[in-house]
Amino acid sequence: MIKQKKKFNENTFLLCITVGLFFAMYIAGMIVFRKNGFARFQVFLNLFISNASLIVVAVGMTVVMITGGIDISVGSFVAMSCMMLANMMENKGYGAVSSVLIVLLIGILFGFVQGFLVSYLKLQPFIVTLAGMFFARGMTAIISQDMISIKNPLFLSWATRKVFLPFGGTMNKRGVLIRPYIYPTVIIALIVLVLIFFMLRYTKFGRKIYAIGGGEQSALLMGLNVRRTRLLAYILDGFLCAIGGILFCLNTCSGFVEQARGFEMEAIAAAVIGGTLLTGGVGNVFGSLFGVLIKGTIETFITFQGTLSSWWTRITIAALLAFFIILQSILGSTKNRRRNSK
Amino acid sequence: MIRAFLKKLTSYRLFLPIASLILVLLVNMIKTPTFFQLEMRNGVLYGYIIDVINRASELVILAVGMTLVVAASGGTDISVGAVMAVAGAVCCFVLAGGQRTVNAYQNPYILGVLAALLAGILCGAWNGFLVSKMKIQPMVATLILFTAGRGIAQLVTRGQITYIRVENFKLLGANIPGVPLPTSIFIAILVVILTNLLLKKSALGLYIEAVGVNKNASRLVGIKSDQIIFLVYVFCGLCAGIAGMITTSRIYSADANNIGLNMELDAILAVALGGNSLAGGRFTLLGSVIGAYTIQALTTTLYAMGVSADQIPVYKAIVVVLIVSLQSEEFVRWFSKMQARRKVVA
Amino acid sequence: MESDIVLTMRHICKIFPGVKALDDVDFTLRKGEIHALMGENGAGKSTLIKVLTGVFDFDEGEIRLSGYDEPILNKSPQEAQKRGISTVYQEVNLCPNLSVAENIFIGREPCKLGRIDWKKMYSMARELLSKLDIEVDVTCPMENYSIALQQMVAIARAVDMSAKVLILDEPTSSLDDLEVEKLFTLMRKLRDKGVGIIFVTHFLEQVYSVCDRITVLRNGQLVGEYPIAELPRLKLVAKMIGKDFDDLASIKSLRTQKPNGTQVIKAEQLGHSGTIKPFDLRIMQGEVIGLAGLLGSGRSELARSLYGADKPDCGELFVKGKKFVPSHPIDAIHRGMAYLPEDRKKEGVIADLSVRENIMIALQAKKGMFKLLSRKQQEEFTDQYISLLQIKTADRETPVKQLSGGNQQKVIIGRWLLTQPDFIILDEPTKGIDIGTKTEIQKLVLKLADKGTSVLFISSEIDEMLRTCDHMAILRDGSKVAELKEDDMSQKSIMGAIAGGNQ
Repeated sequence: MIKQKKKFNENTFLLCITVGLFFAMYIAGMIVFRKNGFARFQVFLNLFISNASLIVVAVGMTVVMITGGIDISVGSFVAMSCMMLANMMENKGYGAVSSVLIVLLIGILFGFVQGFLVSYLKLQPFIVTLAGMFFARGMTAIISQDMISIKNPLFLSWATRKVFLPFGGTMNKRGVLIRPYIYPTVIIALIVLVLIFFMLRYTKFGRKIYAIGGGEQSALLMGLNVRRTRLLAYILDGFLCAIGGILFCLNTCSGFVEQARGFEMEAIAAAVIGGTLLTGGVGNVFGSLFGVLIKGTIETFITFQGTLSSWWTRITIAALLAFFIILQSILGSTKNRRRNSK
Repeated sequence: MIRAFLKKLTSYRLFLPIASLILVLLVNMIKTPTFFQLEMRNGVLYGYIIDVINRASELVILAVGMTLVVAASGGTDISVGAVMAVAGAVCCFVLAGGQRTVNAYQNPYILGVLAALLAGILCGAWNGFLVSKMKIQPMVATLILFTAGRGIAQLVTRGQITYIRVENFKLLGANIPGVPLPTSIFIAILVVILTNLLLKKSALGLYIEAVGVNKNASRLVGIKSDQIIFLVYVFCGLCAGIAGMITTSRIYSADANNIGLNMELDAILAVALGGNSLAGGRFTLLGSVIGAYTIQALTTTLYAMGVSADQIPVYKAIVVVLIVSLQSEEFVRWFSKMQARRKVVA
Repeated sequence: MESDIVLTMRHICKIFPGVKALDDVDFTLRKGEIHALMGENGAGKSTLIKVLTGVFDFDEGEIRLSGYDEPILNKSPQEAQKRGISTVYQEVNLCPNLSVAENIFIGREPCKLGRIDWKKMYSMARELLSKLDIEVDVTCPMENYSIALQQMVAIARAVDMSAKVLILDEPTSSLDDLEVEKLFTLMRKLRDKGVGIIFVTHFLEQVYSVCDRITVLRNGQLVGEYPIAELPRLKLVAKMIGKDFDDLASIKSLRTQKPNGTQVIKAEQLGHSGTIKPFDLRIMQGEVIGLAGLLGSGRSELARSLYGADKPDCGELFVKGKKFVPSHPIDAIHRGMAYLPEDRKKEGVIADLSVRENIMIALQAKKGMFKLLSRKQQEEFTDQYISLLQIKTADRETPVKQLSGGNQQKVIIGRWLLTQPDFIILDEPTKGIDIGTKTEIQKLVLKLADKGTSVLFISSEIDEMLRTCDHMAILRDGSKVAELKEDDMSQKSIMGAIAGGNQ
């Protein structure tokens, strides 16, 4: 009889740290800034409102990272989508719906090209998506070097329509019930989150994504179509980035060359802080959600603080990233040591 | 006969970088007939080609450092642009004594230079520590300085651009009086020559390749793999420091947001264009240098065609993807299969 | 096709640039048969399997499978699997981040209403593994388990999927005797059910223990196919290496010198936590000492502690009388030690570097970074060892990865001999190597000992150690439990010492 006992699961541990960190930070914020209204429910909802786009993009990034790859073009692609939407609606006169559909198609195409280069030509994901980043950012400038404001009424109505929540309301001084609200972007982001979670956990395709990330050679020998799975992962990522771009545009209602700079790093940080291993094979979209929320909390902190420059958000995220990366590395090496002592 | 010659030619290690360079130069020549024209004015050489070689200097130096990092660790250092900014910021901070703009050095010039190089070395050491001691993936480890580096540079300059309005200071980025070529060219060449000497005359080049191919086996034969990896990152940081000094000198200021912007991408591309495998192992320094000049020549071509700075990346992206695709094993395999099939049919 | 035949391969040719890996090879597999495929390194066994399963395409010939009227062509392992041909490879081909159950069912997970039914998958996995007498937590990621266990899961998967042909490519390399027996029981069960099993292996004992027929390949060509009863061991080996093999008997007579009594290595309570408990060991000059023990008993770990590949946590080590505290392998090399690691691919060869670079690199490290050996010196040394060890390579500059396993091993041995060590550790130097080269290496060990070099020899094949060692240390469960002197050494005594009290 060959027996083995159940072992300690590092990945759940990492996820707990992330979630715990978020709650700790948020509660700290509520205490430190209680006079400024940090504790209001709306502030919590604003985390989602400001970062709906990042949530979707981080989910796409997580999928790609689970396969062992990476996509650093996402920021530039979001900017490009925004610019395309603005250009199509304002300069070309397309309707809002058709513009959105076109952007989604472009996202699929973009993902297809990157995915093809990575999975069929076996080029390194970093290089391919680096080129993609260049390409998308440059395209944004080619479409227009000036900012384009969106005036399309249908689009603006989507962007400004508040969805009031039936709970969490507070009375203001005049005795009027102030309801907390979110925007449709948040709903879309959360739907995407749940759908992708479901896909990763309960579909064969999702499990194949984990398989090729954990052991590409093995997956190949086990008869899985590694190339096609990887290509589909990048196509999905492209599609999600397009959605992210649309949500971003609903937030800014304009297209501009300098938008979303550094967005890709935020997405990667969110995924890593959320427990996704850069080596592939491990990742959880809910962890990435918390990664985004942590970044949002830090930003909110800095806004409430008022005097620190916004560079501090970047530096704090970088420090957190360093912490989590080092933690992942330590846990990884203890795992190896345990396995080798047989 | 011709086929055999072609096969031998393409298998030569430096074929693709040289071929790419020639292609880009040809396009340049067609677009700008005066491309290779040189003119001597007041003892200084002018010309498009001089411009290209001059502006490529920082990239060449970065590419040297990046090549070794890629070779030894199979990863890339994406913080080099940010480190350039940090080095520039530190240098100007020292020379300006903390003020925003000065007309004379507040501290000796040499101190500023040393400070910049030291900043580069320290950044490299941080990266090296994460990669060699903490065993973190290079792209991830250097991501941290990439994200935070410019912020640190901003902190050093207190959020403002620091100006050094001293004639001497611009020498590094421009010409020393009496010398026909810009100083930066000499510095770049010097860096390449010294590095090559070090790699070839000692066992360092061999060690870097061995560590890049198989770190564990290298350790067991007595090579201090971790030290070598640490060393290449420090060296890359030093190169970024030198490059940062040159850029700062060109613009006689420390602009934390713009110094070295997007240069990490160019540096990595130079290494890839040079025929080096980004997975590490065997490397060619000369290939990366050729790749760096090729990228700069490409940039010049695009400017000449009226493409604006913001839009240039599109063309760089396409060119690079084409070249890296053609170099890829998969393509070579597919191509030779097509050839074989054609032979059978014939 | 005749009714009892499940697979035929006829006139198979496969050419790689520069080498004809398979030259007009035939192979026949019957239903309900365990068929061994044997040959030295480079004989073409692996290539034949890869051609059958679609990893490679082939240049000439045809493959026929029962149930198909037309010859089949597998373009990928997936296609082969669909046709009922499953493979379990030597390197464990599972995904370490996925759970045991998932690894077994990936690509064909049980579904309910379009979504994966995890509960059912776990219970199916438990059921399958219990049939193999394996009790593990099927929900845990694969990477938490030992290599041996991972191998068994890989086999369980293949077994679950295969209908007609099951290929086992060196599956027992990482299994201990108990696990091998379990595997054989399973193989016999499958055979009785009518499955055709192709068993690729180097282990002679195992072939005679479980197989019905043997096909022998040599240099890419078919030597012959024989029922097991008609091919005694010596004849089989002769067919594999193409010459009369009488050497299996004793080569010890080659020894001319005896160990002279000077102590070279003295370890006192040396240990490394988690891998090897504190041990004492004394090695004389010119002595060949063997380390015997089951898989996982700590032999490699003991060797690594001596060399400093893993820094010992306790105890003391004396080399040639002087205290030695290893902190990095370079210290050991300076003291005259050398170490041939067990995992040739991961820790031995530096694949992309040339034969010349691989051979001179340890000596270079010994000399130091700034004393580069001249090109001429490097070339001389390389040529010297290529001829001494009969290394088959096109050129000094050929990347070592293009050499066969046996020749790669010779390059690494050459590398260490070049440093002229006083003490050399050989950890499984003949693993995965054909019989001809095995004997060469064994003879080399004896020659070294004669010259005064001390050798620590680790092998899973006890008779190999009996043939070469003066003295043996036995390990069990991570500690050294016994030592045997020359006169007490025999298969029986060694096995007894390994097994311990409860026989």
